[in-house]
Amino acid sequence: MRGAGFAEATGHDHHDLVSVEGIKVHFPITSGIVFQHKIGAVHAVDGVSFSVRAGETLGLVGESGCGKSTTGLAILRVIPLTAGRVLYDAVDLADLRGRALRRHRRRMQMIFQDPYVSLNSRMTIGDIVGEPLLVYRLVPSEQREKRVRELLDTVGINPNTLNRYPHEFSGGQRQRIGIARALAVEPNFIVCDEPISALDVSIRAQIINLLQQLQREFGLSYLFIAHDLSVVRHISDRVAVMYLGRIVELAQNAELYGSPLHPYTQALLSAVPIPDPAVEMQRRAVILKGDVPSPVEPPSGCHFHPRCPVKEEGRCEVDDPPLVEVRREHWVACHLVTETKAPDVRAGENAGSEALSETTPPIPMVT
Amino acid sequence: MVNREFAETESDGAWTAEVAAVERRRAWQEVWRRLRQDRFAMAGLVVICALTVVAIFGPWIAPHDPTTQFRDGLRIDGLPVGPSSKFLLGTDSLGRDLLSRLIYGARVSLLVAVVARALTLIPAVVLGLVAGFAGGKTETLIMRFTDVMMAFPIYLLAMALVVVLNPGLTTLVGVIALIFWTSLARVLHGEVLSIKESQFVTAARLGGCSNARILFRHILPHLAAPIIVYTTLGLGNIILFEAAMSYIGLGIQPPTPSWGNMIAVGQKFYMAAPLLVVVPGVVMMATVLAFNLVGDGLRDAFDPLQRRVR
Repeated sequence: MRGAGFAEATGHDHHDLVSVEGIKVHFPITSGIVFQHKIGAVHAVDGVSFSVRAGETLGLVGESGCGKSTTGLAILRVIPLTAGRVLYDAVDLADLRGRALRRHRRRMQMIFQDPYVSLNSRMTIGDIVGEPLLVYRLVPSEQREKRVRELLDTVGINPNTLNRYPHEFSGGQRQRIGIARALAVEPNFIVCDEPISALDVSIRAQIINLLQQLQREFGLSYLFIAHDLSVVRHISDRVAVMYLGRIVELAQNAELYGSPLHPYTQALLSAVPIPDPAVEMQRRAVILKGDVPSPVEPPSGCHFHPRCPVKEEGRCEVDDPPLVEVRREHWVACHLVTETKAPDVRAGENAGSEALSETTPPIPMVT
Repeated sequence: MVNREFAETESDGAWTAEVAAVERRRAWQEVWRRLRQDRFAMAGLVVICALTVVAIFGPWIAPHDPTTQFRDGLRIDGLPVGPSSKFLLGTDSLGRDLLSRLIYGARVSLLVAVVARALTLIPAVVLGLVAGFAGGKTETLIMRFTDVMMAFPIYLLAMALVVVLNPGLTTLVGVIALIFWTSLARVLHGEVLSIKESQFVTAARLGGCSNARILFRHILPHLAAPIIVYTTLGLGNIILFEAAMSYIGLGIQPPTPSWGNMIAVGQKFYMAAPLLVVVPGVVMMATVLAFNLVGDGLRDAFDPLQRRVR
């Protein structure tokens, strides 16, 4: 498994390229027609901190509506932050204005979920890919077409089709065009917002391979947002698990999938089918009770406590568990996890479940 | 180079600028193809085309001068004469040829409608785009102003304006341009609101585009369909408004013929010579209906997903 060693193998140092420090994004809910007043807020992102290192892929997983896409957009400053800050190469983008902001912003790009709505249907793909080159004046205008052809070739689109319109391409091809547009400004960091969720299953592997190839070739860092755990496992160096606007667990890929510590992560992983009949027969999914609570009024204390099978009365619903490093490079936000003791979601076995190897994913059970 | 083995592109050699031009044409051809299947819209289009030809070539088509009062155009008792070989639709109360006045009236009505409608596009597009894109206080201000304009009794407003200025063709066009931009501005405001949240606009912003570039290059091209549809639909209303203003004497001034003032003159004789009100009335109704049918047809043709089930 390539996991941890990848960043070293490609010769990149481990410095933090993008640091996210306690960001919050609250969308106000207003009432009143003439005199609008705030009556509440959707706590889409509620205090998230992590960092993406140069050359690595950080996976961000969670259920729909947990705020993972909003986190991605907030990092790119498409959505304004309510609190916290985002450092890019140790520079806070909020401090920058004008030209410096544009220059820094260029380093961060995004690949969108739905290639059918992320390409302007009234522009040719050559114009779409070439627009950032024009706007940022990256190449002289007479060389622009040549550069566009190069970019299209890089992502596996026939450069001779640059005068065609997006509707003439398949979903996979459109996603490649979207990737070419993101690459045009030569970014270091790309937020991939569920880049394969909208694609045909047969095309997904191709796009994943392309993303990995580009990462090797250009030394890119990815924030890979997805709800598909197996894809995240395949592509990520480290994985962060999000629940209701907060990160509940963050660890190296092998560590997280091998020995998840947070009850939510355990439940999430137990829901993934295993392509091995013998193992699959024994798989016991932890079924979480109830629905994800509304982010308008998130639960007190630990956001997960109303659905947690192992919650401790009088503590989990009161205290907010901080994200602490319980092992090296393994951060968990749970009162029940300590350096020596993991929660009791697993049926009496050795708590940390180190016994489970990587090829046999954990089989958590509710006691 | 990279990744070729995965590429789904078919290797069809030369795609040139000409081929792209053909593709672009094809999108409009598609709209035309759908419009052609709409019988009502096609009927409307035929009426509009016929009227346009008549209006443009009016001086050559019309059998008589529209303002000449013929000696044989009035009966001995002073009433208009009925249809004859000389006056195909008869004459009006002053002995002028009704058909010629109708043809010249079409020129005036269509000219006022088209020019005024074109002028309304300016405030409609500017205010709609700015309100939708800027948001916040600007949006509230513009849209509430639009609401106030829509709630205003437009005939009262128009009459006040015309009386202050001088009644006539230019004044009428100006007044219409000041009044009839509201509904299109509202529609465009809504369209911009939804387009500006779309992912390709976010992508453009990340690609370094300025607000102006996003507005003109990414949002405006998507507004072509609503602009065309609502402009066409609005033409009918403007023709009616022009006729009403001319009817009450604040629009086109006699002796210049317009459908509205023809009805105003003819109504005194509606018992003796019903053609004087019936003919311009029917022509006007057909014209307005034609514009509305074509507008509806265009709306369906541009948006096949919302098309009613046949």
